[in-house]
Amino acid sequence: MEIVHVYTKRRNEFGRQCNFSDRPAELHVDILPDPSLASNFIERDPCDVPIQCTQEMSEHEVNTERFESDTRGINHVEGGWPKDVNPQEMEQTIRFRKKVEKDEHYSSTIMQLGSNMEHCIKQNNAINIYQEYFEEEEEELVEESEEQPSAKTINVFRDPNEIKRTATCLSWHPDGSCKLAVAYSSLGFQNISPDMSYDSYIWDIENPNKPEMTLKPVSLLVCLEYNPKDSHILVGGSYNGQIAYWDTRKGSQPVEMSTIEHSHRDPVYKVIWLQSKTGTDTFSASTDGQVLWWDIRKMSEPTERLVLDPNKKGNLDNALGAISLEFETTMPTKFMVGTEQGLVVSCNRKAKTPAEKIVCTYSGHHGPIYALQRNPFFPKNFLTVADWTARIWSEDIKESSIMWTKYHMAYLSDGCWSPVRPSVFFTVKMDGTLDVWDFLFKQNDPTLSLKVCDEALYSLRVQDNGRFLACGSQLGTATLLEISPGLCTLQRNEKALATAMFERETKREKILEARHREMRLKERSRSEQSKDEDTKEGDGEESVEELATRTEAEFYEIVEAELKKRAKEQEKKVRRD
Amino acid sequence: MSAEVEETLKRIQTHKGVIGTIVVNAEGIPIRTTLDNSTTVQYAGLLHQLTMKARSTVRDLDPQNDLTFLRIRSKKHEIMVAPDKEYLLIVIQNPSE
Repeated sequence: MEIVHVYTKRRNEFGRQCNFSDRPAELHVDILPDPSLASNFIERDPCDVPIQCTQEMSEHEVNTERFESDTRGINHVEGGWPKDVNPQEMEQTIRFRKKVEKDEHYSSTIMQLGSNMEHCIKQNNAINIYQEYFEEEEEELVEESEEQPSAKTINVFRDPNEIKRTATCLSWHPDGSCKLAVAYSSLGFQNISPDMSYDSYIWDIENPNKPEMTLKPVSLLVCLEYNPKDSHILVGGSYNGQIAYWDTRKGSQPVEMSTIEHSHRDPVYKVIWLQSKTGTDTFSASTDGQVLWWDIRKMSEPTERLVLDPNKKGNLDNALGAISLEFETTMPTKFMVGTEQGLVVSCNRKAKTPAEKIVCTYSGHHGPIYALQRNPFFPKNFLTVADWTARIWSEDIKESSIMWTKYHMAYLSDGCWSPVRPSVFFTVKMDGTLDVWDFLFKQNDPTLSLKVCDEALYSLRVQDNGRFLACGSQLGTATLLEISPGLCTLQRNEKALATAMFERETKREKILEARHREMRLKERSRSEQSKDEDTKEGDGEESVEELATRTEAEFYEIVEAELKKRAKEQEKKVRRD
Repeated sequence: MSAEVEETLKRIQTHKGVIGTIVVNAEGIPIRTTLDNSTTVQYAGLLHQLTMKARSTVRDLDPQNDLTFLRIRSKKHEIMVAPDKEYLLIVIQNPSE
């Protein structure tokens, strides 16, 4: 609708100056609201309108091109000789030199400089001004000073592929630890897309831009280990259950792979090298319930097989899925397996029958045990990392762990002991934090908690010197961290204190175990007595449903009681204010 | 005169810890040396330039000032340079023996 105002003006009045005059307001157009149109609209309440009164700025990132530098030396060539002297000829140079020496100026200069020089030389000989004074005392000072424990990121190695995979296992090179082998895979169920690259890489820690070597397996590698005896050989367990081994001198393809019929039926979660004369024995564990021993020279068949059946019958249907393995070279006949069901199974290699192989089990965790490691200084104690806690166990106490951390907010995914300090261990969580625990310093909380990245961390490995550690994340980023010297130097009395602590906790658990046993015996004898007296009550065992309803009722009772208690406390608080 | 010069240089050389002595002229030509030729040439060339730079630095900071002595302490030994307008006396000493 156009609003038009028409006026007329005489032609001879064009161009004349405008004479303005007042007149009352005139209503030209009046558009009344039409309520029927309102039905076309819906009222939106509340209406969010963001307004900002700032300068508009844009952000740009710039990265310089890689500057490649090279060091070269220069060889000095003789120059400066006057034109008539040929530096190659000895005679001419000697003649020249003699001529210079005859110069008077030369003699006086040398005398003067010589005396200066002698003074300095004697000074040097008199006192070594750069000598380290108080060397021993300085060391003590460092120990006493309470330096804050800290960890610093040194390098970050990212997965070079487009589709990022999780870094599930890390292994340090056995000599000198200048290389890190990282296994990449995707642990999500059926999460593998056809474009996902199967490669795993070996990184040189000085060069995070490009991996030093690529390993090309047939299927994604879930775990990877360097052979501690031969640093060129690596063994890897893959997602399809096969084991393969590489020789870094021979290239990226595996030298040999195990046959599919004899391999595991589930992804191989852990593979460890064994101590043997030939240095070619390994064993592997997978969630299909088997632990297989291999000799890498003959990969067509495993040398030995163990089914993790808790009933010791070798029945694969009952078997517990294995997620982690533990083997200590100082105790070559024993090894431990951490299962998906939360049990740690301790086994003996040398047993004659499969039934005797499984020695005992330790229960106490609620979820799969992702890490299992003996303390390098106290092999009788081992660390397990599972569900939301990390627990320390003693071999003798089978009912429960001797020490444990509190329940965290995020799932713990991996952990290991520090190889240099008996009381320090590291754990990583699904929220991307790394915790450093020192139980001689603080038992309730980690000594150092560091957020490494925003995504979940899946693996962790400490280097043998205890100073560096690498952790792998969900997007395939391996981060190399250096921890402060306070956390990796052995403190005074540390071994003695740790021994004392372990013994104390073990004793406490033993006493508790004994007490439980007594109580159970008493109950049993009491229930037997009541059975004899009461023949009408044929309860025996409650059926599962009854048990379930009873537990439900108890649970709700407890929750309600807790809520009531909290409400009461709130009231009290309000009343006080 | 030259006998005294010889004696001075010999005395310097026989001090405890002294590894070598070099006398260099303004053009960088080694006049007198107790080390082998290639080492001497290297020391002569490099230290000459360094002394020039050090002297110019000192004079830039204060034109009335001048460089009298230059000592370079390294992990393995100490290089001492006594500069003059025309000559340079270089002594390499390992003091912590």
